[in-house]
Order: sequence, then structure tokens, then C-alpha cells
Amino acid sequence: MKNPKIVIVDYGVGNTHSVSNAINSLGYKKLKISDKESVIAEADVLILPGVGAFEACADNLRERNLDTILNEQVLVKQKPILGICVGMQLLATHSEENGLHKGLNWIKGTVKKIQPMENYAVPHVGWNDVYTQNNSPIFINNERDSNFYFDHSYYFDCRNEYIIGFCDYGIKVTAAVQLDNIFGVQFHPEKSQTSGLKLFRSFFNSI
Amino acid sequence: MDLNYFEAFLIQSDMLKKRVAATIIVKDGIVVQSINFSKYLPVGKPAIAIEFLNQWGIDEIILLDISTARNNQDPDYLMIRKASEKCFVPLTVGGGVSNIEHIKQLMHCGADKISLNHAAIYQPELITKASHIFGDQCIVVSIDAIKTREGYRVYDYLTKKALKIIPKDLAIKAVELGAGEILINSVDRDGTYIGYDLQLINSICELVSIPVICSGGAKNANDFVDVFKNTNVSAASAANFFHFTEHSVNTTKANISNHTLVRLETHASYRENHFDDTLRLIKKADEELEKLLYVRIEKEII
Repeated sequence: MKNPKIVIVDYGVGNTHSVSNAINSLGYKKLKISDKESVIAEADVLILPGVGAFEACADNLRERNLDTILNEQVLVKQKPILGICVGMQLLATHSEENGLHKGLNWIKGTVKKIQPMENYAVPHVGWNDVYTQNNSPIFINNERDSNFYFDHSYYFDCRNEYIIGFCDYGIKVTAAVQLDNIFGVQFHPEKSQTSGLKLFRSFFNSI
Repeated sequence: MDLNYFEAFLIQSDMLKKRVAATIIVKDGIVVQSINFSKYLPVGKPAIAIEFLNQWGIDEIILLDISTARNNQDPDYLMIRKASEKCFVPLTVGGGVSNIEHIKQLMHCGADKISLNHAAIYQPELITKASHIFGDQCIVVSIDAIKTREGYRVYDYLTKKALKIIPKDLAIKAVELGAGEILINSVDRDGTYIGYDLQLINSICELVSIPVICSGGAKNANDFVDVFKNTNVSAASAANFFHFTEHSVNTTKANISNHTLVRLETHASYRENHFDDTLRLIKKADEELEKLLYVRIEKEII
């Protein structure tokens, strides 16, 4: 789509301004940051950003009734959505960050603490190569094994069929997932320079 | 995805790059060159500095506002909002952050990570509170260290005094309380161009399991190579020397990349260029420059 209506879902915690800066720089004019049902229902595509602890994020989503609103838009109306970082982890069944907490359960799996090998620091912070195998719509404009910026202590443990990209941190770390219209990336495309901007472009072009 | 594809790649190890970061010290809305935490020379506007560093391929930017706490103000949200507009790499913001509301507002203005310095010393419970809300990866504890006769001590930049606390003890405590990264700054080396304080940096790296960023003393790429080789830091930061030459980040990375894995994704890579002993760029031969006149470089359209 050339100029989709984009809504960044605002659930209180998260670097919403960073995400909107990146998308703005690509020239998309119909961009809103909102938690209102009427605005979200109008959108062609949704972004679920995230910088936060899982519990705080999941609680905030429910407090604002966003879980119900998003279920309707994403599962029933099949709108494309991209979850970023903890926004991707929210797609999971549950997370083990500071206790066991329920996610949106759109993509079956559990968010677990990274158990690093010796000499590997956690959180996993920095630029890492992302390996993608197939021509998934969100990676089409990127060169193979592009660098993306990661910053997380927990990773999405799910079935291989949902994984469309991963990175190597001594262990395999899920970098991107997809199930039909639902996409998630563990890294921060809004903070991954041109690689990240290309990913946004591919995603919006694909819908 | 196909399982074999995964396995094939795991033979390569450690694809995480060392980060080359830039520290931007802001005083009353203006970027300054800082020398020993006491002398400050004006450089320019934060938004411009960030835009350039960003284009030159910096991996991360750390913006520290040293006037906020001194003037007893809230963080300068408007300045951060403007500064972050063209920042497409992670932006850590610090300076006078002393409660959850500050962090929330800064995150809404374009910060990606928050640096706690004074708060980490005087109200450490904020580290735990903040990491429970924003995640541990969001909270960077910044420690200013000074060499005294008794060894390294934590330095209070507001009272300009060395405290009794030992930097490594504060680092260990910060990790226990939920910090996601440690930023270790050498007060003695700040603005001196004599290289990173490897002893200080090692004293922290050896004891913590979270990523460590070092700063203070870098003159050129050799200092980055040195610190990446001799310590376990995840990132090294420089302030002053990045501001004063065109494409400073690109040329620095070109030199570092001969020794350490760093991210190289800018169009101007300088990998074919030559540098003198102090790592200043050597001019290309006239015939070569002549040819370059007619080379057309298409602007990349994303």
C-alpha cells in the first residue's frame, strides 16, 4: 500500500516517539499514536511498539482494554500488525519475566530468560546479524544478514514454523516471527538505521 | 524455518558487534566539549550533532545533560524531543533523572534508554523500580570514577568531590538492583586524549555480567582497538574527537574494523583510504581525485 493509515498503539510504556520519528522520516503522513478504539479501528496497519517489562506492558494493555480491541482488529478483521521488542513478546502465550504473565496468545510460545553461554552478557545489547531464509515480506528490501539493534534479556521460545529470522548469541535467539498477518521483531527497527527503515518500508509495501 | 539452516549458521560464533558510541554532553541546551568535568567549551546544537553522528554511522548516542540537576530542574523534554527527531540509532538520555515520571516523559520524547548517575548513588531503589516498569535493558547506571590516593572512587559531579564509594562496588550493587548496562566514565581522562583507563574498565568488566560501556580519554581509533582488545567492554564511547572532523565516525570505524568486528553500513566506508600515524586521513593522489569528479553517486532511496 502506498500511503496506509498507520496507528502506533500507545499503551503507556514504550518509545512511541522513536517509532513515529522513524516512520515519519519515510514520508508516511497518515500516522497516529493512539489507544482509542475509534482511531485503531480506522487503521490499515498497526504497530505495537515496546520498551518495558512484560508485566507492566501486559497490564497496561488490559487496563486500556486494548487486548479486546486488538483481538477484534487483528484476529477477526485480519489487519496486519508488527510487534517490536516487548511488543513482539506480547504476541506470545505467556512470559516468564518476573513471574508468569499472560500475553495476547496470538502466536503460541513462551517468553523465557536468555540463558547465555559463558562470557556472554545479558541483556543482549547491540548490533547483530539477522539471518532470514525465505523472502518474508518484512525483509524484502534488506540485504541478507543485515545488522539490527537488539536490547533484551528475554527471548520468544516458539515453534520453528513461526520463526522468520534469528540471530546468533552463542545460542539461537528468535529475531522475527510471523503467523499470517501477525509479525513480530525482537530487535528495534526504529533504532537500526537504514536496515530498520528498509524493514518498515517493506512491511508497509507488503500490505 | 528449516532446522538445518539454523544449525549451519551456529558454527560461526559471536556475531554481536562491538559498539562505537558517542557521548554528547549538553549544558544549558548546548553541546559542550568537556575537559576533566570542569572546563566546558561550546560545540553546537544537540539536534545537529545527533543528525551528523547518525549519518556517519554511529552505533549509539548517549546524551547527558549536566545542567538539569545543577539547576534543580526537570529534564529538558523539548530539547530531547527535537534532538531525537533524526536519531535512528539508540539514544540513551541522562542528567537529573530522579523519578519514574521523568523516565516516562523522556521515553515519550524519543529516549530509548535512561542513564541514572546521581540517583544510582543517592536513591538506588529507583533502579529497581524503573527496571520493573521499563525492563532492565532500559536502565543504564552511569558511574563517574576518579583516581585518588586510596584507589578509584566514585565522583559526585555536582559537589565535585570524590565519595567513599568504590566504583566496582557501586557497579555490583547496580546489577543486583536490576540495571541493564553500566556506563563507566573516567573523570581523570575526560577530554585529555590520553586513551581509556584500562585498569578502571577491567575492574568493572571482570565483576559484572551485564554489558559495560566505557568513556573518557579516546583520541582516535587506536584507543578503541586497544580497549576492545584488552577489556571485555561491549561498547566504547567518545565525545570530543567525534565532533571536530568530518566523517569522524566512518574513518574511525574503518580503522577499528581491521582488528575488531564492528558494524559498517555507511556508503562512505573509507576502507580503501590510507591514514597517517595519528590516523588522520591522507589525501588521495590528484589523478584519483580527478577521476572521482566524474563518479556519480546515487542517493540511496529507502
